[in-house]
Amino acid sequence: MGGSFFGEKFTSMCLNAGTSSFADLVASCAPDLLPGAARPAVDVAAGAQLPHGTTIIAVRFADGVVMAGDRRATAGNMIAQHDIEKVFRSDDFSCVGIAGVAGIGLELVRLFQLELEHYEKLEGRTLSLEGKANRLSAFVRGNLSAAMQGLMVVPLFAGFDEDAGQGRIFSYDATGGRYEERPFHAVGSGSVFARGALKKLYTDGLSMDDAVLVCMQALYDAADDDSATGGPDLARQIYPVVAVITADGFRQLTEAEAGEFAQAVVQERMSSPGGPVAPLRPPA
Amino acid sequence: MPFYVSPEQAMKDKADYARKGIARGRSGVVIQYDAGILFVAPNPSGALHKISEIYDRIAFAAVGRYNEFENLRKAGVRYADMTGYQYDRSDVTARGLANWYAQVLGSIFTESNKPFEVELVVAEVGESPAADQIYRITFDGSVAEEHGYVAMGGQADRVAAVLKDHYADGLSLVQALGAAIAGLSGNGEELSASGLEVGILARDRVHRTFRRLTGSRLELLLTEAKETEAKGTEARGQG
Repeated sequence: MGGSFFGEKFTSMCLNAGTSSFADLVASCAPDLLPGAARPAVDVAAGAQLPHGTTIIAVRFADGVVMAGDRRATAGNMIAQHDIEKVFRSDDFSCVGIAGVAGIGLELVRLFQLELEHYEKLEGRTLSLEGKANRLSAFVRGNLSAAMQGLMVVPLFAGFDEDAGQGRIFSYDATGGRYEERPFHAVGSGSVFARGALKKLYTDGLSMDDAVLVCMQALYDAADDDSATGGPDLARQIYPVVAVITADGFRQLTEAEAGEFAQAVVQERMSSPGGPVAPLRPPA
Repeated sequence: MPFYVSPEQAMKDKADYARKGIARGRSGVVIQYDAGILFVAPNPSGALHKISEIYDRIAFAAVGRYNEFENLRKAGVRYADMTGYQYDRSDVTARGLANWYAQVLGSIFTESNKPFEVELVVAEVGESPAADQIYRITFDGSVAEEHGYVAMGGQADRVAAVLKDHYADGLSLVQALGAAIAGLSGNGEELSASGLEVGILARDRVHRTFRRLTGSRLELLLTEAKETEAKGTEARGQG
């Protein structure tokens, strides 16, 4: 590819593409750069040897939406990375978290970020939140045959919808099916445990701090029961990535801020390992 | 149609045609200031742009035929995004883009019947004013590196002469805007915020540095710029 890449065909595509989709441009000029492009005859079991990423949570709150993800990547029974980031800013008002095969997931995120930016630059406007969710759907669908061979990537998409004035969450299946989730959702191997915790801890109209705390508690519970999800690493100071999106835009909590929440949870668990207990009966 | 036209004649005809087309339109100004690079062009339309973002630290300004430079703008965004995706964001440079535009425009000039009637400026804001880069690409694919300020299209020579008087290194945004307005209001016409398109590449912004200046912010800046200009004119003894 190398030297001939920027030749006549590329120039001609740039001048005549007639599309504002970056993914379509890549598909015409350089299809092997797309995440789902490599489709070796991989057998499903071998896919498990590639690094996987694991619990991502998104929670709506009064002013928007919070998304948090753990930091562990596993390959089979080994920990492939202690501090992998799985929650990313896709643009000023949205974020995406990935569970599944890390290598393909990261490329998918990179392509998605560029898709949104490319559209914005060419058209002079940002896509609607639904439009962005739709594009992600198409990317996931594009990865379907790789997914069937064990290279599955499952994103969780969340953003602030300026028209609706609230945060919204979308989940996907391997075929690219898109489902809006209210008022919270989790994906990944630890999602089952996280959702149980969220069900008991979540209430409507949470403040931002409470929403982040709910996510931290749920991630802790997921890490407690799923070996592929990492809990807070106080020794190395590696904490979940936490992103908050409101009408003011995307903001990722600093290590220090995330650390404060994580340490508070760990401290509380010293005396109550199962976490906060929900009242069994409604108050009299 | 004559049976034979000498290549010199054909090229000269094309060049004259393109120059006339570009001279017919309004001018545009690109000017360095302390915190970045400023782009100003008279433009009554709020929707059709002459000045646009290409990449993180790179912007595009054009004069001439709209549909032709709009096509080039989009092609430039595609080139930049593809390069940044294939390599890294920091590998996308104005120099690379300018050279690419030169190649495209050169081919169009030589090979097609009608040259593009456009003049482009591609600029990149650096970490410091010394690292800023401004390139002018003309309709025949010539590239020139510029410093300080560029006047394009319309009555470019006259605008450039006015800018030369006003320009100095390290101007503030307000001063640079004043200089640009002074250059552009050649016929003594008043340029107001609604008739101007203004953009900046702001050196200290993270990631995407391009910003449009519009609405009340632009009006405020214009008022300040005119006041500063008036004082400056007195100081230069031209009052």
